[in-house]
Amino acid sequence: MTVLSLVVFLPLAVALVLPAVPRRAVPWVWIAVTFADLALVAGMWAAHGTRPGVAYEAHMRWIPSVRAGYHVGLDGLSFPLVTLTAVLFAACAVYSVRHTHRVRAFAILFLFLETVCLGLFSALDLLLFFVFFDLSIVGMYFVILLWGHGDRAASALKFFLYTFLGSLVLLLGFIGLYLGADPHTFDMVELTRHPPLAGSPGLAGLTLLAVGIGLGIKTPVVPFHTWLPPAHTDAPAAGSAILAGVMLKMGAYGFVRIAMPMLPDAWRRYALVFLIVGLVGVLYGALVALAQDNVKRLVAYTSVNHMGYIVLALGAAGYASGDAAARRLAVTGAVTQMVSHGLITGALFLLCGVLHDRAGSYDLGRFGGIARTAPVYAGMLALAAFAALGLPGLSGFIAEFQIFAGTIGTGATAAAVTGAIAVLGILVTAALFLRVLHRAVLGPPGELSARVGDVRPPELAAIVPLLALSLLIGVAPRALLDTIEPLSAAVTALAGR
Amino acid sequence: MNENPADVAPELCVLIAAVLGLVNGLFLPRTRQWRVAVICAAGLVAGLAVAAVDATRPDLVVFDAFFVDPITHVTRITVLGATLLVLALAAGPVRDHPRESEHYVLILLSALGAMMLGASSDLLVVVAAYLLASIPAYALAGFGKDAHGTEAALKYYLMGAFLGVVMLAGVTLLYGVGRGTAYGTLRAGLADAPSAAVSAGVVALLAGLLFKAGAVPGQFWVPDVTEGSPPAVAAFVTTVPKIGAFAALLRFGSEALPPGGGWPALVAVISAITMTLGNLAAFGQDNVRRLLAYSTVSQAGYLLVPVAMAGRTDLARTALLFYVAAYAVTNLGAFAAVLATGRDDLAAYTGLLRASPPLGIALVVCLLGFVGTPPTAVFVGKVLMFGAAIDGRYAWLAAVAAINTVASVFYYLRWIVPLFRRPDGALRPARAASAVAVAAALFSLALGIGAGVALTA
Repeated sequence: MTVLSLVVFLPLAVALVLPAVPRRAVPWVWIAVTFADLALVAGMWAAHGTRPGVAYEAHMRWIPSVRAGYHVGLDGLSFPLVTLTAVLFAACAVYSVRHTHRVRAFAILFLFLETVCLGLFSALDLLLFFVFFDLSIVGMYFVILLWGHGDRAASALKFFLYTFLGSLVLLLGFIGLYLGADPHTFDMVELTRHPPLAGSPGLAGLTLLAVGIGLGIKTPVVPFHTWLPPAHTDAPAAGSAILAGVMLKMGAYGFVRIAMPMLPDAWRRYALVFLIVGLVGVLYGALVALAQDNVKRLVAYTSVNHMGYIVLALGAAGYASGDAAARRLAVTGAVTQMVSHGLITGALFLLCGVLHDRAGSYDLGRFGGIARTAPVYAGMLALAAFAALGLPGLSGFIAEFQIFAGTIGTGATAAAVTGAIAVLGILVTAALFLRVLHRAVLGPPGELSARVGDVRPPELAAIVPLLALSLLIGVAPRALLDTIEPLSAAVTALAGR
Repeated sequence: MNENPADVAPELCVLIAAVLGLVNGLFLPRTRQWRVAVICAAGLVAGLAVAAVDATRPDLVVFDAFFVDPITHVTRITVLGATLLVLALAAGPVRDHPRESEHYVLILLSALGAMMLGASSDLLVVVAAYLLASIPAYALAGFGKDAHGTEAALKYYLMGAFLGVVMLAGVTLLYGVGRGTAYGTLRAGLADAPSAAVSAGVVALLAGLLFKAGAVPGQFWVPDVTEGSPPAVAAFVTTVPKIGAFAALLRFGSEALPPGGGWPALVAVISAITMTLGNLAAFGQDNVRRLLAYSTVSQAGYLLVPVAMAGRTDLARTALLFYVAAYAVTNLGAFAAVLATGRDDLAAYTGLLRASPPLGIALVVCLLGFVGTPPTAVFVGKVLMFGAAIDGRYAWLAAVAAINTVASVFYYLRWIVPLFRRPDGALRPARAASAVAVAAALFSLALGIGAGVALTA
């Protein structure tokens, strides 16, 4: 039992004994576990530092006849995401301390989801990755179904069916990778070392198609994003924060971890597709978000926009002819964007949850002048909005600057053009967030503004750390970038071979 | 020729237990007939123990009619274990019934037929095993002597008899062109036989085996028998005979047919039709037993995928054997939950999770297991099944299976969602059946997580 396995399975173990815990102690146990896990993760990262390579590796046989194992480990890509997961789950536990509806089941489900998300980001075996990928869908389905609002049953069903289809397509792609490897194996480390299907471009293209659609639905990329707005709108605040902050990253993480290093030829050949899909996501997400009156739907569509930047950067990194340093920069920017988007969107969704908790509505038109009744809330909303639109000094800027510098800097015409057009996305995002601030925070009081009292201590304690971390990354990104840098060098080298 | 009866000891254990049960039942007063259940269970446990020991020995052929190899081992162990669970399920409802001991004995005899079906290496033995697996099941289907049960039994019998005759005709044809009925002889003989005659014979033979497997075109009895016969019998006939039928199909496809030919394409098409038809029919069902019936039809479709790939890839055998065991456990768990609540309408399951958390969770695990959610056993089965299809160059079949799996989520969720609602009436699940459901759910999880152990053994 390594320390990583402990970190991954501690929440699940506590979830199993939670039915025996007295009801009033449940929120506190939940918070204690998430913080213990966070402390362990932070300690592991601090001990590992910024060295390259895989640390805390554990390898056990699971299904030897198909060479699938329980293989976990952490490297420069997983450390930031595992830490992000631990931070967001801790924030959600704190945020939900006053939660009353079926609190025990809620805590059990979130602890289960924490194990699933941590496991996914540390998995080094395709089948293990898939197990966690699939379980995350089941867990989130129940979160939306049981604690959502609005038309939650339909939204939950749509979420389940759509993402489950994605996961099965992904599984077919994984089986393609497994059968293409010689000897057959599901082990990511071996598959990365000897990319499968190297001699058969047609099959490699099909496998990339399957893996790309599977991960693309989860990311989500346009046109596979239609499950996301209803799921986010009807999920509870903490559920939305996890769904957007952690679970959307599973798709983008899969691209960097699986698609790029294991199918390098196919990735390079179809890099243009990813560039265009990313660009469409950036523009489409921003424009549709601009037209939303439901503030939660608006944040959901900005997620489509923000995840579009990641796909764009990864597509640019596939241009082998491009400048190697620029491609590295693009990958680093993409990983930084995953962390940054997780923190900012997590905070934004929790802030939306506060609004719904007080006024029972997400309708922008019915709010106004919140700054007068709830100054602290308004301040946090403003900060989160500025972070999301990429204001320098906050994490979004660091990420997006690197993405654009890397994409345009590769020198390849297609990458430079798409990158330049994608800058327009920032402009639209800025417009739409300023519009939110104009209508809800400033301006004359709306009909529901009187009901919006200021934030309560647990909400403050959950949201402030997320924004503070975004600020920290914005001001002093060195530690994060140094961890990611060796990994992006490795990934660009692998994708370029 | 090896004629050592000890090599078929598991089958003998079941036979002896059935005979002892019948004789004891003749002399026992009605209130003490439960002893027959004990005798039968003891026979099954003894069979399980012997089968487990046998599984460690090298492969061999007995009486020139039975293979004792991994397929046989898995069939034996799955059939014996599943029958043991069915016995536990049936013991409550038929307690003090005038024909209690007959009930147990019929179950055992049908299970014996399923075991023989999986082990036989000769078409004539396949026919005999088919009859042994079928005839007791007809009687069981009509055991309740009510209108629904009688209708179910009649439909089951007429279909079984008709398709059995077709199968016998197919065997005759194959015997004629292949100059033998043993698989080894057939493999050599069919290679240079006229392909039209071979195809006709194979199709006719498939009719009977697909009837036992509950796959298209022999699926018409499944919903009626599942709904009309007693629930424990429904659990039995949708689980145990199928195990034997799929083992026999796999064996015929890989060992009796010469390589090349239309087998993969034929079975692949049947498989795609079966899973699609089962899923489409399950959508609108409000009766959980009919829903489960169509779900078993669609599962039969998935199980036919490795059958189609028999001989084309090494994964086919592993996939089929693992999937069939996983399916048996999951299906029995779901039926046990139906027995425990004693209700057939979907609405009656509202709030089960609050009324009885262990039973509710067990049902959720089993239903999600059908979908192939990790880490349940069916998940590993499905991964192997997809792998077999893609490795056998039948990627379209894997795609059809994936789309069908997504579609099936819809109707399983229709059953899962009400479980979480507030209960609107008193639900008092039966203890014994609940225990079986929980045991099946746990076993499904254990089989999924410990898949490596099961696959290497």
